[in-house]
Amino acid sequence: MQTSNRLLAALCVVIVAGAASAAEIRIQCYSDGNECEVTADLAKRFEAKNAGSRVIVDKVPYKAVVETLPVQLAAGEGPDIARVTDLGGLNRYYLDLTPQLGARAKYWEDNFGPTLKWLRGGPNDKGIYGMMTQLTVTGMFVNKTLFEQAKVPLPGPTATWDEWIEATKKVAAATKTSYAMAMDRSGHRFAPLAVASGAKIFDASGAPVVDDGYKAAAIKFVNWNKTGLMPKEVWGGIGGSQYRDAFEEFANGRVVAYYSGSWQVRRMDTQVSKSFDWIVVPAPCGPGGCTAMPGGAAFVALKRTKSPAEVAKFLDFLADADVYKEYMARTENIPAHAGVAKTGVNYDASPNVKAAMATFVGDVPKIAPANYELQGYRLNRAVFQPTAQRLGQAIAGEMTTDDALKRLAQDMDEQVKAASK
Amino acid sequence: MKTPDWKALAAVPVAAAFRLVEAPFHAVQRSFGITPMPWLFLAPNLVIFGVFTFLPLVINFYYAFTGGVELYPSQRPFTGTENLAILFDCGNHFDPSTCRKDLFWRAIWSTAKFSVLQVTLMVLFSVITALVLNRKVIGRGFWRGVFFYPVLLSPVVVALIWKWILQREGVLNAFIAAAGGAPLEWLTSAGWSFFWVIFVSVWAHMGFYTLILLAGLQAIPKDLYEAAQMDHASPSRTFWRVTLPLLMPNLLVVCVLAAIRAVQIFDEVFVLTGGGPGSATTFIVQFIYQTGFMEPIRLYGLAAAGSLVLAAALIVLTLVQLRIAGERDAKRQ
Repeated sequence: MQTSNRLLAALCVVIVAGAASAAEIRIQCYSDGNECEVTADLAKRFEAKNAGSRVIVDKVPYKAVVETLPVQLAAGEGPDIARVTDLGGLNRYYLDLTPQLGARAKYWEDNFGPTLKWLRGGPNDKGIYGMMTQLTVTGMFVNKTLFEQAKVPLPGPTATWDEWIEATKKVAAATKTSYAMAMDRSGHRFAPLAVASGAKIFDASGAPVVDDGYKAAAIKFVNWNKTGLMPKEVWGGIGGSQYRDAFEEFANGRVVAYYSGSWQVRRMDTQVSKSFDWIVVPAPCGPGGCTAMPGGAAFVALKRTKSPAEVAKFLDFLADADVYKEYMARTENIPAHAGVAKTGVNYDASPNVKAAMATFVGDVPKIAPANYELQGYRLNRAVFQPTAQRLGQAIAGEMTTDDALKRLAQDMDEQVKAASK
Repeated sequence: MKTPDWKALAAVPVAAAFRLVEAPFHAVQRSFGITPMPWLFLAPNLVIFGVFTFLPLVINFYYAFTGGVELYPSQRPFTGTENLAILFDCGNHFDPSTCRKDLFWRAIWSTAKFSVLQVTLMVLFSVITALVLNRKVIGRGFWRGVFFYPVLLSPVVVALIWKWILQREGVLNAFIAAAGGAPLEWLTSAGWSFFWVIFVSVWAHMGFYTLILLAGLQAIPKDLYEAAQMDHASPSRTFWRVTLPLLMPNLLVVCVLAAIRAVQIFDEVFVLTGGGPGSATTFIVQFIYQTGFMEPIRLYGLAAAGSLVLAAALIVLTLVQLRIAGERDAKRQ
């Protein structure tokens, strides 16, 4: 009897120990290029170093991260880690890694300090919730081949949005290209044009506002679309606040210039380089300065995880300078890690990609405080999405730009109030 | 050698299975009598209906009277009729630009316009097609298959096929360009996109209604046509005086079913136009989906209130259908 009790106890110990060591964490990941593949590859290395750990990378479309993940999290479901772009908006579902990181928390603060606050819920929140897997910067891709064919000189590094439109218009006319310029259908992409046009984005109380600068940018932008300088189908062709990029228009040579961001570089290199020469130009300017919009995606730890220690361990592994540097080099992204940014990333890429990345990195110091503030604003999607919706309606001719701007201000106000209830 | 009796052999496991299934039912009947037996048989369906249809209905009703952005009902503040008041806050309900939730009213009027046009065209083309397919045409079976085939396709597939045809660099514009014409903005002009949404919807669903009408046409006694022929009635007079009156019950069912479906339109349009350009093809279900699941700040309460308005419209249409069906049954008896 005593022997059988001992055997039972031993069996229990084995089962408990087995359960404890076989920690499994799931990562919900979307890719702009090859981020999920590289994450999965690095996860294997982590597993090799940590016997019993298992990291599963579930690759999902971007739409799933934007639309499905928040509902999953609200219902208490979801992965252990997710790659998200609504950085502050999902804050209430994040797990604070500070206790698990212990002394390593200082390393995180030192290296990810400026972007850690993007993931926080407010100024009093000091938590460490995850790390940026990429720092993105918006910018303009230009079809250099078309400029050469049209014999139009490229505008200089301080060229304004208006000068760029004029130049690309000339190129489009000379080369019989359908449109001068295109911009992704996103309020995030519109923000640099707004700030360059003098928008402050926030009022004195810190609430988002449609000020004169925002209005000036909107009027200009709607006009560019209505006069056929921009393809109407990108912003005006679909309804709601849906995202639509204009990559295909650029890749197919239908536009001379394309305003998007650094996350498109890899795609440009693999899909466009064989068709024509492209370059990234410095941030277009305006009365409000030459600015771009920062952004990016972050791996965040989620509260619902049953393995917080393992989650922290894996994220800390990715945050290690050498691993992070490799991740940046392989995914061709701009690092958010101060140490890695200081020593530089040796992108194993074509000269074209290297030049593009250098231009994007060069734009980082020029980013206006209003753009940083907007990126760090917890409810920034209450600014971005109504912008896409209402300007889309104005472009489609459903309402005047004035009415669209009034509606935009009302939408922003209502959404912020609803989120605060 | 004697051949085995396969039938008897196959019956053995079937009988065993039946005995296994019967055992618990016998036990229940012995303990509680015959009265609860129908409920026992209905229980699986009632549970599924309750969990997946009735419970969401109740939850939706509750959400419509709560506010905030929380998902769990217990965390949502009760706001009474505030969501409905927001939706109905209008200077003039016929002019969405005077409404607080202009997108809701744009969706309401677009849905109404779509339903009237789509149902009218759907019924018209279904009747014509059914009349043609009811005649002795060559390859009748093949043509019936051709018209019914789109019904078998997923709405997403239908929308994608038409998107490839209608987009700026699509097949239709390629033909126009090849013929020397200028490409048209089929999906980025409000008028054209609305036209194509109706066209695609009629194309995709016409086969189903044609089939119902065809069944109705085939049920009309042939001797009535023979009598009309003997009276030298013209084909049009025969149609108006014989075919149409006898087809009317089927036609009414088709009208009501098509109207219910038209009010619920979403999937095909969402894939084909995304609700655009602007909000030209944003219908009520898309408004609900957008408000509840696509916006950054998810207003589940407002979306649920929108669903109540949609439910009210569907209840009216369903009552009409039930009444028609009831009257038809009464006439038969």
